[in-house]
Amino acid sequence: MMAMNLEIKVCMGTGGMAAGGEGVLKAFEAELKHNGLEAGFGKCSSGKVGCRGFCARDVLVDVIVDGQKTTYQYIKPEMVSRIVKEHIMEGRPVAEWEVKEDYHIFHDKQIKVVLHDCGEIDPEDIGAYIERGGYEAAKKVLSELGPADVIELVKKSGLRGRGGAGFPTGVKWEAARKSPGDVKYIICNADEGDPGAFMDRSVIEGNPHSVIEGMIIAAYSVGASNGYVYIRAEYPLAVERLRIALDAARQKNLLGKNILGSGLDFDIKVKLGAGAFVCGEETALIASIEGERGMPRAKPPFPVASGLWGKPTVINNVETLANIPCIIRKGAEWFASLGTEKSRGTKVFALTGKVKNTGLIEIPMGIPLRDIVFEIGGGIENGKKYKAVQTGGPSGGCIPEDCLDVKIDYESLMQLGAIVGSGGMIVLDEDDCMVNVARYFLNFTQSESCGKCVPCRVGTKRLLEILDRITKGEGREGDIELLEKLSQDIKLTSLCGLGQTAPNPVLSTLKYFRHEYEAHIRDRKCPAKACRALITFSISEALCKGCGACMRACPAGAITGEKKQPHKLNQALCIKCGSCFDVCKFKAVVKE
Amino acid sequence: MITLTIDGKKTQVVGGATVLEAARKLGVYIPTLCQHPKLTPFGGCRLCIVEVKGVPRPLASCTTPAAEGMEVTTSTPQLEGLRKTVLELILSDHPDDCMTCEKAGNCTLQELAYSYGMRENRFRGERRTYAKRDANPFIERDLEKCILCGRCVKVCKEVQGVSAIDFAYRGFQAKISTPFEHDLNCEFCGQCVSVCPTGALTGKGWAKKGRQVEVNEVDTVCGYCGVGCNLTLNVKGNEIARVTSREDTWNEGWLCVKGRFGYKFVNSPDRLTTPLIKKDGKFVEAGWDEALQYATDRLMEIKGKYGPDAIGGLSSARCTNEENYLFQKIIRAGFGTNNVDHCARL
Repeated sequence: MMAMNLEIKVCMGTGGMAAGGEGVLKAFEAELKHNGLEAGFGKCSSGKVGCRGFCARDVLVDVIVDGQKTTYQYIKPEMVSRIVKEHIMEGRPVAEWEVKEDYHIFHDKQIKVVLHDCGEIDPEDIGAYIERGGYEAAKKVLSELGPADVIELVKKSGLRGRGGAGFPTGVKWEAARKSPGDVKYIICNADEGDPGAFMDRSVIEGNPHSVIEGMIIAAYSVGASNGYVYIRAEYPLAVERLRIALDAARQKNLLGKNILGSGLDFDIKVKLGAGAFVCGEETALIASIEGERGMPRAKPPFPVASGLWGKPTVINNVETLANIPCIIRKGAEWFASLGTEKSRGTKVFALTGKVKNTGLIEIPMGIPLRDIVFEIGGGIENGKKYKAVQTGGPSGGCIPEDCLDVKIDYESLMQLGAIVGSGGMIVLDEDDCMVNVARYFLNFTQSESCGKCVPCRVGTKRLLEILDRITKGEGREGDIELLEKLSQDIKLTSLCGLGQTAPNPVLSTLKYFRHEYEAHIRDRKCPAKACRALITFSISEALCKGCGACMRACPAGAITGEKKQPHKLNQALCIKCGSCFDVCKFKAVVKE
Repeated sequence: MITLTIDGKKTQVVGGATVLEAARKLGVYIPTLCQHPKLTPFGGCRLCIVEVKGVPRPLASCTTPAAEGMEVTTSTPQLEGLRKTVLELILSDHPDDCMTCEKAGNCTLQELAYSYGMRENRFRGERRTYAKRDANPFIERDLEKCILCGRCVKVCKEVQGVSAIDFAYRGFQAKISTPFEHDLNCEFCGQCVSVCPTGALTGKGWAKKGRQVEVNEVDTVCGYCGVGCNLTLNVKGNEIARVTSREDTWNEGWLCVKGRFGYKFVNSPDRLTTPLIKKDGKFVEAGWDEALQYATDRLMEIKGKYGPDAIGGLSSARCTNEENYLFQKIIRAGFGTNNVDHCARL
């Protein structure tokens, strides 16, 4: 045979599996067997890997022949035999199916710390993680460092919580360590609930051991012997891989009694969340683990002093914990050299919305938003105009075009009225109505409010009702001022972070797109032409060729006309779905 | 002890006390709806917010532990404005039916709306509507008037130890519910009714019997059992409109289903008001002296004829310990028999 080593990696994160990754992997296995190739290599493996970020191109497959990597995109099972024949057997990679330059541009500006092994290793194989240096950090900590040294190191690294609030991780650990008590807990918050966010899911699906290792180090530093991963039940693949990883770690005595002879007893339980967004709030999460309804509790006392069952508890986000092993392995200085002065390291974002390249990205803190949208993201789809990026999901805010050069870090985004948040990044274009965007997020937070405190339960409902009437063309003079006042009052009076941040999308869109609100209320117009109640469709007689495409597309029978004669649209029947507008090739359907 | 300053006045409280408790100790009024002195703090109504020096946002005084050197301000134009917004939000989802509401005149929400001068409402919008249900004869649940203060849930769990109700659903649709939305089927102690600050929970028998201003409050002791809880009969005319219990009594205002709801017999026409003696096969009304003399004579006659062991005494759990003691004494020492028992042992 022509080569010594062959490795095939098929993306099988949730995205990869949805695109058919399992079938692709099976096809590779069958082809290799069919051609009798396994025996011919010194080392031959085909296996699954977690998410590598560029989900839009799934199924992504790496074929590595003697260290020479070729990445294929959009692979389907029926394409596999050709890859095996031409690339592996004949040494000619199938150029037309290879990823193109934009795939490399997508990755060029990224620095993968947390995602370093995601997409490279089989997440169900602890050996693959160990081979790449996994659990070395835990071993180092347990054998060489004292708890205080580890905390000092984490403090020095400048790592801040990646769940949204950005609290310094080392300070949190230190507070929990100093809290009196024999029983302490480490909780990994994997209750990722922001619409469009999938950072934590991808980390656990791609490399669950990095999170477990981070938890072991946290437990040692804080003095905890029990850990929980609170994870959404809606993440079945992540849960399954996490459980496999926990079992494997137990077998290797990386969890359990007297871990690696160090004297540390620590084990981790998996607790499934029942799909409530508010359970990502740490006190609600604690209540949920305790078997209560997930409703937040007042702080202080903070969980580091009185958390799960009243014991000192550290709650860290998935990404925060996954950073820890890298910091221990490569040093606090190395980590601190990434990012900006106050926001060290990297941040994983789920880039979605109207950009060409959607997916999971990891960037060093401090790079301009413009680079993310226009380089990594490849710019706006279909040549449309950029309007804003919504960061931080329903608790965040939007960043308009003239702020595109803002550096992505905690403080800079906060100054703009947006937040880093847990890492959702939704790109909006000229077709998105900002009043409607605010309405969308308020609808989400309102229906996810736990109902405990009045401002959140009733206040967000009233915000939503006002936004609703504005998008329906029923806005009143004074509505903008009322939105502003009520938003401020809700922020000041709500009990937990959900209510305190729920009005942010309203305040932020009002700050940058007040004119859109005014147009809705005063002129009864939606500048983005997105709010159905405020738009009308008509057919231009001059431009219509009478092709009949719009007539066939119309689900309401509102369009009539003879072939090759200009068609007519009956406004009384029109449901404003926009189907005619989308199908017309002659721009004869006018949207106003 | 912790020393803190509230509205410029210094006070000392024990560790673990809340800012609200410290303020009350000083006699400083802070409005509340969800807080109840006998229940753990909830922090849901947000009316008790205060400013604490060095903290950028208002804090709920009912859940904030008092800390050494804390400087608290309980009323500023901003705080009052925020309280007004919160009240306005509550009222925007509350029926405007104080005119016919059972609770009018004895309703914390109504009092607050009055003292804050709530009239217009900037937030009028959708209101929750629920059909009335529950076939039980004791507790009326009008969930449209519920402000989700959680007091009923807490009293049921923390005091009664039953947990018959809890929060259910999310967002605007959040409500207090029984398991699986079944009809309320608990022990009907009515503790929830006693702590409800609005008209959401009332007694089924209370309807149209009299507003608080019309009733005469008569303190008495419950005769249902030997525990002897303090009752306050709310009497209008010569009829009991409802039964309540004062918080400053030994039973702390807590009652059971009998004491709270079992008062209908008082005005029942079937109720015995004099002793009856059976004469020629028929009960005939008699005076107390006559009845007691008759009982004494007959008991002594039986004892003389058949001996003391022909007599037995059975007493009731409705008697007090002291009464039960006296009863066994009269049976043992008076009649000379040990044939004495008590219904609670059966």
